[in-house]
Amino acid sequence: MKPHHGLNTHTNLISNENSDHLYNNHLLHRLHDIQQQLHHIPKQSITDLAEELKLPVSQIEAAIDFYAFFHRSARGRFDIMFSNCTSCGDMTMMQYLCDQLSVMPGETRADGAVSISDASCIGMCDQGPALLINGRTITQLSNQRLDLIAEYIQDSTPLEQWPVEWFEVHDNVRKNGLLLSAPFEPGSGLLAAIKQGAESMLASIDDSGLRGRGGAGFSTGMKWKFCREAVGDAHYVVCNADEGEPGTFKDRILLTSHAHSVFEGMTICGYLIGAQKGYLYLRAEYRYMLPVLQAVLTNRQESNLLGTKILAQQDFNFDIEIIIGAGAYICGEESSLIESMEQKRGVPRVRPPFPVTCGYLGQPTVVNNVETLAAAAHIAVHGSDWFNAHGSDKSAGSKILSISGDCLNPGAYEYAFGVSIQQILDDCGAEDVQAIQVSGPSGTLIGPDEFERKLGFEDLATGGSFMIFGKDCDLLKVIQNFAHFFAHESCGFCTPCRVGTTLLRNGLDKICKGCGTQYDVDEMRRMAALVKRRSHCGLGQTAPNPILDALERFPELFNAKLVHSDYEPHFDLDAALEEARQLTKRDDAEAHL
Amino acid sequence: MSDSNNQTITIDGREIPFTAGQTIMDAALEADIYIPHLCHRPGLKPHGSCKLCTVDVDGRSASSCTLPATAGQQISSNTTDLNEVRKTITQMLFVEGNHFCPSCEKTGDCTLQAVAYHLDMLDGHFPQFYPRREVDASHASIIIDRDRCILCALCVRASREVDGKNVFDIAGRGSAAKLIVNAPSGKLVDTDIDRDDLAAHICPVGAIMIKEHGYEVPIGRRTFDLHSVAEPGVEPVILRKGKHTDE
Repeated sequence: MKPHHGLNTHTNLISNENSDHLYNNHLLHRLHDIQQQLHHIPKQSITDLAEELKLPVSQIEAAIDFYAFFHRSARGRFDIMFSNCTSCGDMTMMQYLCDQLSVMPGETRADGAVSISDASCIGMCDQGPALLINGRTITQLSNQRLDLIAEYIQDSTPLEQWPVEWFEVHDNVRKNGLLLSAPFEPGSGLLAAIKQGAESMLASIDDSGLRGRGGAGFSTGMKWKFCREAVGDAHYVVCNADEGEPGTFKDRILLTSHAHSVFEGMTICGYLIGAQKGYLYLRAEYRYMLPVLQAVLTNRQESNLLGTKILAQQDFNFDIEIIIGAGAYICGEESSLIESMEQKRGVPRVRPPFPVTCGYLGQPTVVNNVETLAAAAHIAVHGSDWFNAHGSDKSAGSKILSISGDCLNPGAYEYAFGVSIQQILDDCGAEDVQAIQVSGPSGTLIGPDEFERKLGFEDLATGGSFMIFGKDCDLLKVIQNFAHFFAHESCGFCTPCRVGTTLLRNGLDKICKGCGTQYDVDEMRRMAALVKRRSHCGLGQTAPNPILDALERFPELFNAKLVHSDYEPHFDLDAALEEARQLTKRDDAEAHL
Repeated sequence: MSDSNNQTITIDGREIPFTAGQTIMDAALEADIYIPHLCHRPGLKPHGSCKLCTVDVDGRSASSCTLPATAGQQISSNTTDLNEVRKTITQMLFVEGNHFCPSCEKTGDCTLQAVAYHLDMLDGHFPQFYPRREVDASHASIIIDRDRCILCALCVRASREVDGKNVFDIAGRGSAAKLIVNAPSGKLVDTDIDRDDLAAHICPVGAIMIKEHGYEVPIGRRTFDLHSVAEPGVEPVILRKGKHTDE
């Protein structure tokens, strides 16, 4: 089977997923199914499920309230979530559809037909604006399309009868590099690993210089070695496909059109570390991929690339299951992801111990990004030299970027590490650029004087998100959007992040409203420093980055909005009296300040 | 590896011993060095969530209740900067909930309040969140006042690790995270908690209280009216079931 390239298109209509044996009994799956049926998760279902799955009621309740896609009160028969991402979201469109359908954002219409709310980035930044309707993705929204959507909803037309092309998700690969252009023959990496032997293949992976593609950049060879050496009853391989960083969608392409190499990377890892079980943790926004992924898994089982005695090796048994999340950015953090796999809230664990010694079910576990595993499969076939001949000194190989925002050709671009920002901008057709958010909101915000900087762990590290903001963009609004994102996605475990991200969000709201003073800016700077340095995990430690970067590189954004007084309250005193005026039925001058 | 009896860490210039498996907090408590903390209680699994025990270890920020002590660590704890961080975190905990000390039965015995005194916190500093949180008075002898909950999860752990039950959990996320109980009704009366359970007594604030025992010790003569939280041995709850300092 040959991999596909270019403008591949996949329709995300889901068919009868429950009948498939690959769809397991995981708590998040069961809750999803209940909600699909009943439009919310009622108390009785929780009690029944607790008994059936032998889980405490409180654990299920805790999870329902943790994951953004689960609801305790009834949603509409058509439940719509608009992405609120700066690249694939459009809140004015959400309001437009709300007006068309006479429903308030966040609420369910009285007749139960429809509910509309917003969601964090849904990974369609190259083909937005986009929304999810009953878990299915509709891209390339326009007011015209929204008018038709409103009609279908008013007529209660089942989604299956909506135009199929609305549900199309394009790959939009604009630039093939090392991975996307290399053909991949399923089984070729495994054969190489078996032929070469585990020890030697592990050395190859290490020699290749491959580092984690999620952004943190830990050496893949070292991670696998640590895990292989760790003692446990079982070892596990987990593919982190919870791609949630706003502006990122490159794993979407790898999973839709290159799933064989991803699964093969997992299987090779299993062979090298002695694992018999792998899990793909897929973000809920990509649920539509399930049939495609399951077909690849079935194909691999039939080809003896999964299952028992793989490729006739007596002791080589390995299988892969898929677990689908339910709307939680934090689950991209590896220990939160493992907690979520264990049917709990996705709260990051205390480290050490690290997952390589104490991961899933307390056993040694490798958690790798989708792209890392795909790269590993290619390295197994082509060798370490093939890989590290590309890239820079400390950053071997290539990186797939998800380019979105103000440019002519948004999409996936694969570059050897070391490429300059300016080169990328030239390639994607971006002119008059004001700023770029490299690696998403948790990354780095840079302005034009830094466009000669290079992508790589030694300069600008990136997980792949590349958001471009043109000269007419209200950059402060973008920063505000990011602050809301982090406050919404904070798991709530540690004080600095739980309270701090909310304080930062409120501080920015005050400034954007035109009520901020220099004092508020100073306060925000102080809080940002505390949240960054004292938070428990990577989410909190990076959440203040957009604010800190903007304060450093674009201070005029804030200054232009400030009120030049020593102190300005958060609230408008006169507006605060409105309730009293209504109660006393007064609106005369004396009733105003 | 050196002799395990001979291993030391240094906190604020003072060299103290530790044994293998101890955290920085364990070693500090044993040496009567006070590092402010709220979510930690010796004997329960460390949690590392309140972040009050934040220290700098060889220049890197860490929670002393969860970081294993390793020989030679240079630790800063009682510094102006770190106490300022801790004061800010304490203020954040205050404004996030609804804490009205003068009308709270726990006043004087409340560790949050005591830590605030210790850190010279004079106000909440930040705008109040004024969250709406539910009171659960369903149980005959225990009340949950979530307004005061600081999400330290001491009750969650005490119930699981000492009482051998599973009465409490933290649900939800972000600033909407909340304490829940393990019963289909969501009410404490429908759980198997007993008045004598450690989980009923371990709350460092006034979120879980024993009913019908209010104001037995007059304000002014309570634990932290007479002692600083930094004094060795004033942990207001000791890990012994069914024993409360008020009793």
